Amino acid sequence: MNKKVSEAIAFGIFRVLSFLLVGVLALILLFIIVRGVEAISWDFLTKMPSDGMTSGGILPAIVGTLCLMFGSIVFAFPIGVLSGIYLNEYLKESKLKRFLRLMTNNLAGIPSIVFGLFGMALFVNKLNFGDSILAGSLTLGLMVLPVIIRTTEEALKMVPNSLRVASYALGATRLQTVFRIVLPIGMPNVLTGLILSMGRVSGETAPILFTVAAYFLPKLPTSIFDQTMALPYHLYVLVTSGTNIEASRPMAYGTALVLVIMVLIFNLSANLLRRKFSKKVKLK
Amino acid sequence: MNKVVRKYIENSVVSVLFTSSLVTTITVIFITFFLFYEGMGLFREKPLEADFIIAVNKSNTVKKLDNQQIGAVFNQDITNWKELGGDSLPIEILSLYTIENYYSEEDLGEDFSLLPQKINEFLEQTPGAIVCFTKAFMPEKIHGDEIHIDNIELLQFLKGKSWLPTSQPVAQLGILPLILGTLWVSLGAILIALPLGVASAIYMAEVAKPKLRNLLKPVIELLSGIPSVVYGFFGLIIIVPFIQQLFNVPVGETALAGSIVLAIMALPTIITISEDAIRTTPLALREASLALGATRWQTVLRVVIPYSKSGISAGIILGIGRAIGETMAVLMVTGNAGTMPTSFLQPVRTIPATIAAELGEVPMGGVHYKALFMLGIILFLINMIINISVEYIKKGRVGR
Repeated sequence: MNKKVSEAIAFGIFRVLSFLLVGVLALILLFIIVRGVEAISWDFLTKMPSDGMTSGGILPAIVGTLCLMFGSIVFAFPIGVLSGIYLNEYLKESKLKRFLRLMTNNLAGIPSIVFGLFGMALFVNKLNFGDSILAGSLTLGLMVLPVIIRTTEEALKMVPNSLRVASYALGATRLQTVFRIVLPIGMPNVLTGLILSMGRVSGETAPILFTVAAYFLPKLPTSIFDQTMALPYHLYVLVTSGTNIEASRPMAYGTALVLVIMVLIFNLSANLLRRKFSKKVKLK
Repeated sequence: MNKVVRKYIENSVVSVLFTSSLVTTITVIFITFFLFYEGMGLFREKPLEADFIIAVNKSNTVKKLDNQQIGAVFNQDITNWKELGGDSLPIEILSLYTIENYYSEEDLGEDFSLLPQKINEFLEQTPGAIVCFTKAFMPEKIHGDEIHIDNIELLQFLKGKSWLPTSQPVAQLGILPLILGTLWVSLGAILIALPLGVASAIYMAEVAKPKLRNLLKPVIELLSGIPSVVYGFFGLIIIVPFIQQLFNVPVGETALAGSIVLAIMALPTIITISEDAIRTTPLALREASLALGATRWQTVLRVVIPYSKSGISAGIILGIGRAIGETMAVLMVTGNAGTMPTSFLQPVRTIPATIAAELGEVPMGGVHYKALFMLGIILFLINMIINISVEYIKKGRVGR
């Protein structure tokens, strides 16, 4: 009897804690959505900021974030996928493989502000790119590289070995097997990783602080050597150091919501893609 | 022939693949290199700004001061040479800030042309004099003794109790308050997140029905994707005022606010990893325990948790790692006071927040700039240690 009571109490506490937790997290989302919806309008999404960022829109920040996302992916996606292929398809369990894994994990764990320092030292100063989309994209790209490598590896692991063997049996080379059989089948999952990393790139602030982000720049970037505004940095500026913090509050809510929606869209579509694909594999 | 071409293509593709897989390693090496390249120069610098000179009267027995002493002198915390090991003489400071007390504008002539002369006069006539000017204003031949200032030392850098990198005439570069601030905020976060996170992980893995679990898990995973600025924004609007009212403190931007926000941010990491670890417990172990008449709770407590201990610890350590490196949210809610933390209801300043807040405004290559890179090195090293220990813990698990 006593055992049963203590079990009921323990699980009851766990249940309450878990629901409390999910409740708090849901509250955060709800809070941002409710307050943000009031601030968002067509003008908000398509106009330049004006009056010391207390009115107008956030168009340059949206465009800037999209540019950074695109730029970092163009750089990181090919490298990440190729290195995922190498790790999973070519390398046997060995010292080299463990070392490369360790380095990838290390890179994944480095705090984002350290990437900011590094990007500033190498891309902005040493290579003389200045504060530019190029410098910011490269910094962000290096930061999400481990994510892409890992998801590629996982994706390729899920491809059944029988397919590889069948391909070899038909006389295909390793190269043909990898690029005609393994990669196409693993592709949807590889893309999941891509989408996840795009979500991550769009929300990062610390790495772009010193490599690209502009405090206030009401024009759209025209080349990869331009500075640009970006959503997360814009939110930070609006909340902490705008010219009139109270008056720009609604702008901040709106910006936060746009940012959250952007990230959620990426994450949700990655989830959906993953789910759809895992069903397909089962059919085979 | 065809075979040769094919072989050639295969080999070149393999080398391209190999090169790509080296990029992460190269990046880690580059990051290490550049942090040290920019940061290590700090210990070859004097804390004094580039061309400042500090001098005293010739009869003064004090010839050497460390930068804390100089800071105290110019803040007038110390007003007598006795306190610095010299004769009992009142300290009289002549610098750009105090010059009006001694000389009028006419005395100094046009464009301060007579200033060098006046400095020498002052140095000769006042036994307790200490003067501080840039080289441009100093006389060519100083009728006094230059104070010798040591280069910045690692130990002093680590132990120093005040972080005032822009103070005049010498920068106070002590990172102890920053290290402690980081530790306080992260520790607080873990104290909050650990029981909550592990409890939820156990609930989701062991108690909740699969349907509920399939609802909760994606929500928690989604939350790990929300940008840190958004959490910081939420903290600033909701948690900071709440703390201010609840504890009746002058400012709500405190270590506690930082800990709460960080806890919320670290929870998804801790829950996801711990839950995965718990679920790897073999069914046979559970069934054996249940067959012996144990309740589910006893099974969880005595079988599942001990078995998944290393996985749970890995989750916790990764959570701590995330908390220590987190920049923006902490920057927004902790108030950023560079003083020694004494309570959770006080503003504190963490290492990443310091870098983020100050790097934008420092001149490149200066003492302050190098000091910020040094902070980056410290952060990098902490992170390395955390990663290696996670790797080690995981290995212990595999070995079993």
